[in-house]
Amino acid sequence: MNLNKYKEVLLKPLISENPITLQILGICSALAVTNNLTVTLVMCVALTTVCSFSNLFISLIRNYIPSSIRIIVQMTIIASLVIVVDEFLKAFAYETSKTLSVFVGLIITNCIVMGRAEAFAMKEKPLLSFFDGLGNGLGYSIILIGVAVIRELFGSGTLMGYEVFVLTSNGGWYPANNLLLLPPSSFILIGLFIWLIRSFKKDQIEVDDFVPSKHSSAPNFTKKELNV
Amino acid sequence: MNESIKKTLLVAFGVCFISSLVVSFTAVSLRSMQNENAINDQRIKILEAANIYDSSISVDEQFANLDIKYIDFENGLILDEYLDFDIESYDQLKSTRDASLSTPVPASDDIAVIKNRENVGKFYIVKDDNGLIDKLILPIRGYGLWGTLYGYMAIENDFNTVAGLVFYDHKETPGLGAEVDNPKWKALWAGKKIYDENGVKLQVIKGIVSKDDAEIEYKVDGLSGATLTARGVSNMISYWFGESGYSKLLEQLNYES
Repeated sequence: MNLNKYKEVLLKPLISENPITLQILGICSALAVTNNLTVTLVMCVALTTVCSFSNLFISLIRNYIPSSIRIIVQMTIIASLVIVVDEFLKAFAYETSKTLSVFVGLIITNCIVMGRAEAFAMKEKPLLSFFDGLGNGLGYSIILIGVAVIRELFGSGTLMGYEVFVLTSNGGWYPANNLLLLPPSSFILIGLFIWLIRSFKKDQIEVDDFVPSKHSSAPNFTKKELNV
Repeated sequence: MNESIKKTLLVAFGVCFISSLVVSFTAVSLRSMQNENAINDQRIKILEAANIYDSSISVDEQFANLDIKYIDFENGLILDEYLDFDIESYDQLKSTRDASLSTPVPASDDIAVIKNRENVGKFYIVKDDNGLIDKLILPIRGYGLWGTLYGYMAIENDFNTVAGLVFYDHKETPGLGAEVDNPKWKALWAGKKIYDENGVKLQVIKGIVSKDDAEIEYKVDGLSGATLTARGVSNMISYWFGESGYSKLLEQLNYES
């Protein structure tokens, strides 16, 4: 057992190989559930659970999965886990599950879960895969919590429902920023996070897809070059 | 070896079988807790409408103090029995989907976009220490901006003064229309009057009600940026406290007391 390897798969996805800011995966739920920190925390726990266990189970049977049906087998396992998590939420966290239910269902199509199953769990040992799922779930959580804190604090003046800034609509001093309550604000925040991370970790900066060719606006051709 | 048809079918079947076992086992074993949660949640909303919810006492205990009655919307009569329904579990929203238990609302009267109104609804009575009516809690619903808002309005025993308003389900925009859930806004309703001598008068206005408005008791502050939701709330009050809603029942009760 190589402890360093476990540490690596657990810690790398937190910042340096973060699924959201480096791979730009799982953005959909990051937009939808981050206007309230409580809901976000439950979503993070749900996704981390599904991601680690789906990795574990898929890795357990990886040598028996025929490659022709591997995607649908992965989906079946992920979907079952998501239903189980959803049922638990309805039984133990009813209030949150009412606001989250649709999005928990959408974990099935979350690119992070699917991506880790296909890219990691199909090749690696069960326990290592479990930690990889855990690490990626936590990496997702770090970004989501960051976005949610900013959105809830500046959008509704509260954190987990507790009043931090007293809103003008309640007779206080803070005028709520309504943009932050709407999903597009997460796009802007995630963009800013990516900018922040990439200004420290320069190796994450991608090569340009294309480079404009060199030219001057007024070409100075000779007669010979123009063939006249 | 993994790629043979036999192996493929076997793995597919095995994965499905085990997954279905796990899913059905969790669903069945958690079912009773989930139902309890859903019922409790609804009951808390009903109690909150009348401002009598106390989180330190069990919901069941508080709810047991309420009287539940049927109301026949046709004539405003209170019924104790309705077909073979059990009053605790009777769901009037389900009745709206059954042509024999509901009546289509003519488009000209359908200001709250109800479409089908159940023939018989149910409501809750809060009693005082002498067993007399203290408050009524009446279910109301109507279209806002994005969908139907479902709620309860509680009224005092003069059958005209609002005791409270709660919505338990809606699809309004967070931060704008969804402010119908804001406790500060809900608190504005208590003490408002529904009827003047010409019928339903209570409405949500645009902007803030001025303190020296002569009709202050018939007006509630609007929600900024949510004109259509506010109009929906006004409409549903006009509908449910009008002729086809609770007005006959309230008249009768008023007459009796």
